[in-house]
Amino acid sequence: MNSHYLKSKGLHVNYSLISEMIDEGAKVLDLGCGDGYLLKLLKDTKNIKGNGIEISQKEVISCLEKGLSVIQGDIDEGLKQFGDKSYDYVILNQTLQSAVNPDFVLEEMLRVGKKCIVSFPNFAYWRIRFYFFFTGNMPKSRVLPFEWYNTPNIHLLTIKDFFEFADKHNIKILQGIYTTRANIRKGIQYNMFSNLLAEEAIFIISK
Amino acid sequence: MSNVGIVQTQYYTIEDKIKLESGVEFSPVTVAYETCGKLNDAGDNAILVIHALTGDAHAAGYHNENDKKPGWWDELIGPDKAFDTNKYFIVCTNIFGGCSGTTGPSSINPETNKPYGITFPVFTIEDTIKIQKKILDYLGINSLYSAAGGSMGGMQAMQFAITYPDYVKSAILIATTSRLSPQAIAFNAVGRNSIISDPAWNNGDYYDKEQKPDRGLSNARMIGHITYLCEEAMYNKFGRRLQDKDHYDFNFDIDFQVESYLQHQGQIFVDRFDANSYLYITKAVDYFDLESKYGSLQNAFKNTKAKFLVISFDSDWLFPSSQAKEIVNTLMTLDKDVSFCEIKSSCGHDAFLLEYDLQSKIISSFLNTHIQGEINE
Repeated sequence: MNSHYLKSKGLHVNYSLISEMIDEGAKVLDLGCGDGYLLKLLKDTKNIKGNGIEISQKEVISCLEKGLSVIQGDIDEGLKQFGDKSYDYVILNQTLQSAVNPDFVLEEMLRVGKKCIVSFPNFAYWRIRFYFFFTGNMPKSRVLPFEWYNTPNIHLLTIKDFFEFADKHNIKILQGIYTTRANIRKGIQYNMFSNLLAEEAIFIISK
Repeated sequence: MSNVGIVQTQYYTIEDKIKLESGVEFSPVTVAYETCGKLNDAGDNAILVIHALTGDAHAAGYHNENDKKPGWWDELIGPDKAFDTNKYFIVCTNIFGGCSGTTGPSSINPETNKPYGITFPVFTIEDTIKIQKKILDYLGINSLYSAAGGSMGGMQAMQFAITYPDYVKSAILIATTSRLSPQAIAFNAVGRNSIISDPAWNNGDYYDKEQKPDRGLSNARMIGHITYLCEEAMYNKFGRRLQDKDHYDFNFDIDFQVESYLQHQGQIFVDRFDANSYLYITKAVDYFDLESKYGSLQNAFKNTKAKFLVISFDSDWLFPSSQAKEIVNTLMTLDKDVSFCEIKSSCGHDAFLLEYDLQSKIISSFLNTHIQGEINE
């Protein structure tokens, strides 16, 4: 399995799971693409045509060093330069929880992408619940290593929250993948055990 | 890092009539150019670097052993530098209408045996790149690996990718804009006014006179220099410090360092630049407006095939990042291959001639990994 440490956000991400969801030769836009690891992987393994948007100058340069097309920009400003359904996939990988306006970002990516892939750390993961319950501190974990005052993750959410949000905004959930440390569960219906056991969730959505 | 060494300016004369955008047909045109590196057999490893408003063909290396200053982009051009002369054949020409070897208003009109002065035709940015294209053809360059430039050089690189979509594989646009803002036109207008209102300008006819419009030209340069800096750069460079004194003199001589700096820049400029060239070139820049020329920015770029790299500097208020983003967004909308980086800098517009570390990294990454494998070797 292909695991890569996202230094900027302190997150472990299962890239191969996302890679498996993408069709060969697809057109992909990666929002908050970081150092471009995922885009490069998709280019090399799936022969995609990809673009990235990233806010940090340092990460933009890392992307350029990998030979990727990347735009330095703030996804919170929207995606007005992109036409409706102009990408096969728009990816928001471990970035939703650090957006200033996550609802706006989701609406915009659903407008631009035929399908969207969203992944985020599940704040209802049992270890996080236990941490909060027993210590009374803001939870920290392997995927959320920050202090309350310096975390970029300002809009943390749970799998349940995401299902409710999708329902309220008429977003279709085409696939849900819930990863624990040991295994992977799948399902397009809300399941309270997934919400408890999964450390990370990946959704394919569309509108 | 090493240097390209001694470089000679070369000249090529285009005898054929050139039809300018204004409709005027003009000839002959001599173009001053310099090259470094080697053109490969396929003729497809050439990079055209294009100078800004008052630059020249001397982009890298030295003219002779006693030369104190290297070319204007020496930090970026050379063996193992961003524009790597081990790989690429670098060409730089002096702009049409300039005064550093290419035919301009100070050149002798063969029909009258006198300098053209203001009988020289007004030209546009597209005219200047069409002339550069003829030099590239003459040099045996079959396609441009890249066209790169800052400020006015960036405008030309952009126009190159638009006018010759099949010829330009990539374009590097730095601290530039797709159309001059009214603010930038205003500064150019004051500069031109300063030259024209100098009595020594004499309607552009001053080449054989003892008195040249030096005062007008140096004032124009001082205004220009204000726009190349920014508030932070001025604070860092001069603050309110006084020049060689510790008290105000209560007269109108130079008190402040910033005054002294601008005056010095103005004075050294008149030794190397022609007042009429300044009028013509700033006019060409003022006319640059891809939106009005092509109906829309999208229309302008719609047939381009180049991969684009756009770089802006956050403290540049002459051609601010927002103008670079307009270009980038248009290219994104058109589904063109484009990358964009906004470099943090306190140097203002001048940053493209100062901030070399990041520019080197960005440009070499773009050239070496992004368009790699497209040289036919």
